Amino acid sequence: MSGYIVRRILAGIATLIVTTFLVFLLVAVSGNPLANLMANPHISPATIQAARLQLHLNQPLLERYWTWLTGVLHGNFGISTTGQPVGSQLGARVLVTLRMVIPATVIAAVIAIVIGVVSAVKQYSITDHVLTALAYLFYSTPVFVVAILLKDFLAVDVNNAAGHTLFYTIGQNNPGVTGTWSVFVDALQHTVLPVLTLVLITYAGWSRYQRASMLDVLNADYVRLARAKGLTPRRVLYVHALRNALIPVTTVVALDFATIIGGAVITEIAFGWQGMGQFLLQGLTGPVSPDTNVVQAWLVVAATAVILFNIIADLLYAVLDPRIRYA
Amino acid sequence: MPDPLPDSHSPLFVPEGVPGYGELEGGAPGEDGLRGRAATLPVSAPSAEALEAARQGLAIKSRSQFRMAADRFIHHKMALLGLGIFLFLLLLSTIGPLFYPYSYTEITNQFGTGPSAQHWFGTDTIGHDLFAQVLHGTATTIKTALLVAVVATIIGALIGALAGYYGKWADQALMRITDLVLAVPLLAVLLVLANKFSKQANSWFFVALLLAVLLWTYMARLVRGTFLSLREREFIEAEHAIGASDRRIILRHLIPNAAGAIVVNATLTVAVAILIEASLSYLGLGIQPPDVDLGTLVASGEGDATALPWLFYFPAAFIILAILSVNFVGDGLRDALDPTQRVST
Repeated sequence: MSGYIVRRILAGIATLIVTTFLVFLLVAVSGNPLANLMANPHISPATIQAARLQLHLNQPLLERYWTWLTGVLHGNFGISTTGQPVGSQLGARVLVTLRMVIPATVIAAVIAIVIGVVSAVKQYSITDHVLTALAYLFYSTPVFVVAILLKDFLAVDVNNAAGHTLFYTIGQNNPGVTGTWSVFVDALQHTVLPVLTLVLITYAGWSRYQRASMLDVLNADYVRLARAKGLTPRRVLYVHALRNALIPVTTVVALDFATIIGGAVITEIAFGWQGMGQFLLQGLTGPVSPDTNVVQAWLVVAATAVILFNIIADLLYAVLDPRIRYA
Repeated sequence: MPDPLPDSHSPLFVPEGVPGYGELEGGAPGEDGLRGRAATLPVSAPSAEALEAARQGLAIKSRSQFRMAADRFIHHKMALLGLGIFLFLLLLSTIGPLFYPYSYTEITNQFGTGPSAQHWFGTDTIGHDLFAQVLHGTATTIKTALLVAVVATIIGALIGALAGYYGKWADQALMRITDLVLAVPLLAVLLVLANKFSKQANSWFFVALLLAVLLWTYMARLVRGTFLSLREREFIEAEHAIGASDRRIILRHLIPNAAGAIVVNATLTVAVAILIEASLSYLGLGIQPPDVDLGTLVASGEGDATALPWLFYFPAAFIILAILSVNFVGDGLRDALDPTQRVST
């Protein structure tokens, strides 16, 4: 097993290098970040030449990638097209995004498993129909629609009803808040709606998977046998059925991490958070774009997370299903 | 939905009384004795089994698995409702513009008016008729999503099946490719490419191919996972023992057993495609003006969401309706194609 893990991690590093190389080429050829500067008659050719040298745009593509790669291995993510070091912004932005993504993933997974199991066990009951209807509704609603509904309608109504601002809809925190408790409360007031947005659009799909796989298992012969030999319904459900029904869902949850990151990009834009997603979009469509170093920094963080979750998905698969062996 | 058992062309196929798939029914010997798949066989002599049944005055009336699935599907209320809504949206968005007096590009002299008899969904601040825009947006969104699902399902199921069944180096090679596509976060590549290429005409076609090339990996992983656990099951071992070919095992046993998962996932792919396509457009990187889709409409409605809420509500409702209907159909197909959930019809 440990040999397998080492091989997967090595393969993951190789994947990371290939991925960053491909996206680097893609971003680099997709446009010239200095195009806007060159179109501006007030900027002298000398300034533009200096910017070109600073961004290594004078080098051939392969050399630029090598410069970037060796830089990253030394902890230097390069500078953005606006002249700031990318690495110095990275840590804070990752934390901002994680503050949204981690609670959302955990809450959504727990809700999805509970709802999926309840729906399957009480298949075609009123409970199942209501839960199914809700799951369908949220699964069928784009992130940005949920975000707009929460911030432009729900938050406005709630804040009006409360008479003061209970939920903030723009930014990840208010500047100038001091004191541990006040900072925590302030962060919470900003975090509730974005996390709720991600949870609502994420749990729904997972609960359908959980329900589907639970139904498959409940109809399996070994569950029928377990019932026939007189085990208690509780034991059949938790020991014989649920453990097997979790296998497909763990994969889906782990693999959907990339989707959550994608959802987080849009949620960040909708709620005006200065996280990784906003960083990416700024690098792609900002005034001085495309900004290869900014996009690459986002990519390194996001791709590493996705690769790690893929490995975790496969390991969980082997842990949960003893029939699967990785040599 | 194609027949999940396209095996009647296989020279290996021998008519068998598949337990559970045939019903014993009384009837005149020889009359309509063998129907469905068996009837399509170019074999002149009836099988020994059928002769035996005929001798006893009983005929095995076999129904194809496709027929049984179709029967279950048409008894599934939500699936029919979903199919109805989807077809309604499809017809409305393709035929509707022919009869509605305004086109989606037309600028009227009504600015930001609410829904009325003249402008069914009201108008935006520029003077566009929102109903005409929503119809066109729905058509753009649906055709993009359908193309995505077809291409992504074919690529994903094929690669997942090969990797899950053959294992070893095939699995390694194919899964490293899917890892690569999975690890390149979809949105980044989409944003880069969409930013560069969606500016041209027919942006929907380009966006669709982009999404398909990046979405097939989910299907591949799912089919591989299903095959990995199925191939260890006793009935596959039994097939190996009687010398069945790989082709037969994959087509006759693994794919039918994975069909529910494939179909549910293909349907989810349509829904996901609509979601991502709309999200790209919301960020301003998908469908480009003057063309509109439901995402660009929601994005332009967001700014006035509090003052002119219909500009947000109508396109948002149509996105949700389109995805909802597709999901209903998917769930119905799942119930219909899952042989462990047979209901007597």
